[in-house]
Amino acid sequence: MADRVSLFVTCVVDQLFPNIGLAMTTVLERLGYTVDFPESQTCCGQPAFNNGYWAEARTIARHFLDTFETCGRIVVPSGSCTAMVVNHFVELFRKEPETLARVDSLRQRIWEFSAFLTDVAGVEDVGARFEEVVTFHDGCHALRELGIGSGPRRLLARVRGLELRELAPAGECCGFGGTFSVKFEELSTAMAAAKADAIMRTGANAVVSLDPSCLMQIRGALARAGAPVRILHLAEVLASA
Amino acid sequence: MSLEFDRKIHEALSNQKLQLKIYANTGRMKEGREASVAPDVLPDYQELRSQANALKRHAIDHLDHYLEEFERNAEARGGKVFWAKDATEVADFILSLAREREARLIVKSKSMTTEEVDLNERLEHHGLEAVETDLGEYIMQLAGERPFHIVGPALHKDRYDVADIFEKHLGIGRETVIENQAAIARARLRAKFLAADLGISGANFLVADSGAVVLVENEGNARLTTTAPRIHVAVAGIEKVIPRAQDLAVFLKLLARSATGQALSVYTSFLSGPRRRGEIDGPEEFYVVLVDNGRTRLLPDRGKRQSLYCIRCGACLNTCPVYRRIGGHSFPWVYAGPIGAILTPQFLGTAHEPALPFASSLCGACAEVCPVKIDIPKVLLELRHEVRRSEAREKRGGAAVRLERLAFRVFAWLATHPRAYRLAAPLGVALLPARLRERFGIDEPPARSFRQLWSRR
Repeated sequence: MADRVSLFVTCVVDQLFPNIGLAMTTVLERLGYTVDFPESQTCCGQPAFNNGYWAEARTIARHFLDTFETCGRIVVPSGSCTAMVVNHFVELFRKEPETLARVDSLRQRIWEFSAFLTDVAGVEDVGARFEEVVTFHDGCHALRELGIGSGPRRLLARVRGLELRELAPAGECCGFGGTFSVKFEELSTAMAAAKADAIMRTGANAVVSLDPSCLMQIRGALARAGAPVRILHLAEVLASA
Repeated sequence: MSLEFDRKIHEALSNQKLQLKIYANTGRMKEGREASVAPDVLPDYQELRSQANALKRHAIDHLDHYLEEFERNAEARGGKVFWAKDATEVADFILSLAREREARLIVKSKSMTTEEVDLNERLEHHGLEAVETDLGEYIMQLAGERPFHIVGPALHKDRYDVADIFEKHLGIGRETVIENQAAIARARLRAKFLAADLGISGANFLVADSGAVVLVENEGNARLTTTAPRIHVAVAGIEKVIPRAQDLAVFLKLLARSATGQALSVYTSFLSGPRRRGEIDGPEEFYVVLVDNGRTRLLPDRGKRQSLYCIRCGACLNTCPVYRRIGGHSFPWVYAGPIGAILTPQFLGTAHEPALPFASSLCGACAEVCPVKIDIPKVLLELRHEVRRSEAREKRGGAAVRLERLAFRVFAWLATHPRAYRLAAPLGVALLPARLRERFGIDEPPARSFRQLWSRR
C-alpha cells in the first residue's frame, strides 16, 4: 500500500494560490504517495499569535490539533506556517501538559514541502523539467526557524533545463511579515523593493520560494518595478515535466 | 502607533541620502563581522556563542551574588561602589561628587548607560561642562543629536556633514578631509583631557572575581578619560557583571568581531581601583556606579530576562532590514534596532511606544548574529502579547485597537468553524481594501479555492 500524506494547504494557498496546492499534490502523487485533504482545516493561527492575540491563537491551534490528530504525515507548502506549528504551538500551551503532548506528536509529523521531499521521501530528482533561469528566495522562517536552505537548492539543481542564480544579498527578508506589511506599509514596501532589485540583478525570469506569502509580497514589488519576472512556488517548478 | 514614530519612519525612508549612508556604513560592519567569524577564521564561533550565552545566563540568574562579589573586590582595591536605582540617582551622585571635589570640567568616554539617564543634560543644567571624547560621540554632542547607533554614534554623518558641524560649532573653516577632521577633534579633546577634573566612562564588563571594570575601545579616549583626571567614575548597568576574569576569554573573542569585525579592539583596559602608592598614573579616586534604571524589572520573567545578556555589540542593528532603513533616530529611545525594540518596552513599559515590538517582520536575522544568542524575535512576540494584554486590561487604545481585537476574535471563531470559514474566507479576500489587493497583485483572486478544486478531483 502506498504511503499516505495529508495536506495542510494554509489559508493563503486555499484562497489565493490554489494551484500551489494542486502542484504539491501532483509531485507527491508522482512519488507514489496517496494524498488526502482533511476538510475541516483552516489556519495555523500565526496571524493571531504574531499580533499578540494568544488566546485566539490558542483556540485556532486547538482546532488544528483536532483536525490533524489522526493524520500520519502532514505536508505544508509554507515554511512560515510549518514553523508556527513546530516552534510556537509549544509556547501557546506551556501551561497545558496534556495539550503539549499532542503538540509534541504533531511536531514530529509535520513537514514543510521541500523538507518532506529531501528528508522523508529522500528524493532530490523528482523528474521535473523546467527550462528557465530562476532565482530562489529563502523565506525567513524556513531558513532561520526550520534551517531549510540547501534542500530546495538540491531539488532545483536536479530539475532539467533549469538554471539557478543566487540572490545577493541572500537570506534577506522580503518585508512581508504578516500584518507588519499593513501596519508598516511604507517600510515593508521599501524592503520589498530592495528584494525586487536583487531579483532583477540576477537576470532570472522567475523567482522561486517555499512561501506563498513572500511570493505575494514579491509579486507586488516586481510589478511596481515593471519587471517581467514570474513568481513560482517550488512545488509548481517540481510539478512541471 | 504614535504619530511621531510613524513620522520619523516616513522621514527616514524618504531621505535618499540618509538611506545610502545607513546602508553603506552598517553594511561595512556587517561584512566585517561575517568575515571575522567565518568558519575558516574562527572555527569555534558557534561554541563560543553557546558559552557566552551560558555564562550570561548564569550571571543574570545570580545577579545579586555576583554584584556583591564585585562590590567587595572593587572596594578591597580602594574603589567605591554606588548603587543607583534610576537616572536621578546617577545624576545626583555625580553632581554631589563634582560639587564636593570642586570639579568643573568632565570628560566622558562612550557610554550608552549614561545616554539612558540623559547625564550630559543633567550635568550641564547644573553648570558643569561634560565633553564627549569618542569621536563619533563628540560629533553628535556638537550636533546636539543622540547616538544613531550603539557602536557608530555618528554612522549617519559623512565627512561633509562633519565639516558642516565643525564649521558651525567649532568656528573653524570648512575641512572635509577625514584625517584633518580627526586631528582637529584630537587637538580640542587633548586640551579637555588635560584640564578635566573628572572622567566618566561606561563599562563593557564588570568582573566579579577581581573587581575590575573592563573597557573596550578603538580610539584611546576611554583610557585617557579614566586615567588623566584625578577622579574616575564608571557608570555601568548591573547586567554587565560577569563571574570571572577568565570568562573574558569568551566575551572578548566575540565582542569586537561582532561589532566591527576586528579580532580585538585596539585598546582593552582593565581598571581596578585608584592609583596605588608607587604607581605613576591612574586616578586618585575610583567609583563604580551600578545602575538599575529598569533592569531589575526584567528579572522575574525567565523568557524576557535574556534581554539583559546584551553586550552592546550592535551586530543586530547592522543586519536588521528594519534598522538599516529607518535608522537609529526613528526609535523612541536611546537603544535602536532589534535590541532597542526589546529593551525599550521593558525598561520604560510597553505604553511608551506600543507599536515598537510590532515594527519587525520577525525575520530572525538579529538572533542569528547575536553573539550571546538572545532570541530577539521570541522576546518581541512576548512583548506583543504583553501589549495586547495591557490594552485589554487598561482599556487602552482607540477604535482601531478595539476593531483589530474584534477582527481577531471573529477570525478565531471562523477558523474553528470550518463550514462558516469556507463561506467567509472568499468574502474576507473580497473585502480587503483595494490598495492592499493591488499591492499584493491579488486584485483578481482565483475563481475557485483549493478546497473547491479538490472536491472536483
